[in-house]
Amino acid sequence: MITKRIIACLDVHGGRVVKGVQFVDLVDAGDPATQAARHALEGADEIVLLDITATHEGRQTLLETVRRTARELFVPFTVGGGIRTADDAAQVFEAGADKVSVNSAALTDPALIDAIGRSFGAQAVVVAIDARRDPEAADPVRDAQVFVQGGRKPTGRRVVEWAREAEDRGAGEILLTSMDSDGMRTGFDCELTAAVSEMVGIPVIASGGAGTVEHFVDVFGRGKADAALAASIFHFGVSSARSLKEELAKAGVSVRLPC
Amino acid sequence: MRVTVIDYKAGNLTSVLKALRHLGAEAEVTDGDVAPVENAERLVLPGVGHFAATVRLDTTGLTPAIRAAIARGVPFLGICVGMQWLYAGSSEAPGQPGLGHFAKRCAHFAESKEKVPHVGWNSLEVRAGSRLLAGVEPGEFVYFTHSYKAPVTADTAAIAHYIESFAAAVERGNVMGVQFHPEKSGATGLKILGNFLSWDAKGTG
Repeated sequence: MITKRIIACLDVHGGRVVKGVQFVDLVDAGDPATQAARHALEGADEIVLLDITATHEGRQTLLETVRRTARELFVPFTVGGGIRTADDAAQVFEAGADKVSVNSAALTDPALIDAIGRSFGAQAVVVAIDARRDPEAADPVRDAQVFVQGGRKPTGRRVVEWAREAEDRGAGEILLTSMDSDGMRTGFDCELTAAVSEMVGIPVIASGGAGTVEHFVDVFGRGKADAALAASIFHFGVSSARSLKEELAKAGVSVRLPC
Repeated sequence: MRVTVIDYKAGNLTSVLKALRHLGAEAEVTDGDVAPVENAERLVLPGVGHFAATVRLDTTGLTPAIRAAIARGVPFLGICVGMQWLYAGSSEAPGQPGLGHFAKRCAHFAESKEKVPHVGWNSLEVRAGSRLLAGVEPGEFVYFTHSYKAPVTADTAAIAHYIESFAAAVERGNVMGVQFHPEKSGATGLKILGNFLSWDAKGTG
C-alpha cells in the first residue's frame, strides 16, 4: 500500500540550515549534510533542500552543499532555489539531487518545466508554488494567488490554474506552500491543499504551518495531500519523523513504518 | 567487485553510482561504447525517464552486446525504465522494442481516481525463492516513481499494489529488474543492491 510521505525540509542560506517565520528573522539551525542524514536516519521519507540565498556567488556554495549532503543520503533528495535554466538543473542533478524544485523561474519561463522534464523525466521536476488566499475574492481559496520573492510579490496568477498548467507541462509533483501559514505552526491550509489536489492528477506536497501531529492528520485527510513537508517541527529536537509517523499510524494514516 | 553502469541519457546516474560505490563496488560508466559491456563483470541499466530513450541502446550497438553478456551469464540489473526495457516493449513508446528477455509488454496505469505517477514508498510482496530480494521482510518499503508498469508473470519476483497489481521486481537466473529505486530506498534498497553485487552463478551469493 502506498504511504503518505513525511518530507523534511532544510532551508539553506549561505551553506547553513536556517529557519525563520515567513522567510524573515532567520535563525541558524545547523549543517545541511548533518541535518539531512539525521532526518533520514530518524525516518524522514524524503529530504528537500531549499536554497534561499539565490545569489550568483551562492551557486557554487549550493552545489558543494548538495554534493556533500547527497553523498551518504539514500532517500529521495530534492533541491530547489535559484534554478533558472535547464543547465542549472543539470548541475544540481550532477551534484546528487534526484529532483529539482522550480518556482519563480518557471513562472517567468514556464517552458523550463518542459525542458527539465524532457532531459531528466517528469519525476525529477517538482513545481513549487507559494500561495496566499485572496481575502478580497468571493472565493478566497479558489482564487488564491501565486506569489514570488518569499511571498512578497503577487504574480496575478491563480494557484489552481498554475498548478494545472505545471502538470500539463510535465511536472511530476506540486509543492504547495501556504505563505499565510508558513512558520506559524497553526496548521496547514487544508482547504487550499484540497482544492489544488483535486485539480491535478499528480501528487501534491503540502507545506507551511505544521506544528502538531493533528495538523498532519488533517492535511492527509481533509487536505487530500499525498505528502507533507515540515521544517520547524523537526528542528531543535521538537520531534522526529519516526515519532511523528508512529502517531500518524495510530490515527489511521498509512505511513512507512518501521523506518 | 566491478560494475558497469550503462548510460543511455535517460536521466541522472549520480544516485545509482553513489549507492554502488557506497557498497564497495568499483562502478564504471559506459556511454555508448560497446567494449566495457563486452568485458563487464556485472551490468546495471538504470533509467529515470522515457522509454523512448532506450533507442540509444540500439543506435549505439549496445543492445546486442547486452544480449551477449546476458547469454554469457553476466549478472544484469535493470532499474525502473531499465527493468521495463527487459520486456517486449512499452506503450510509452509503442514503436520502440525492448530486449524481449521477459514476455509481455509494459503499460500505463489504468485510468482511476488515484494520482499518477505512483510516487512514494510502497510495500513489496516478495515471492519465495527470489535471490535478489533475499532478506527483504514483509512490510519493508521501497521508493517508486513511475507511470508505466510491468505485467505480473511467472518471472515476477515481487508484486506491489497501486491501482492494480504490477511487477515490482523480475528475476530469472542472472537477469533481474526492479521497478522501484533501490538507490533511494534506504537500508532496504542497499540490501537489495548488495544482493545483486554478491550474486553469482553458483547460488552462493
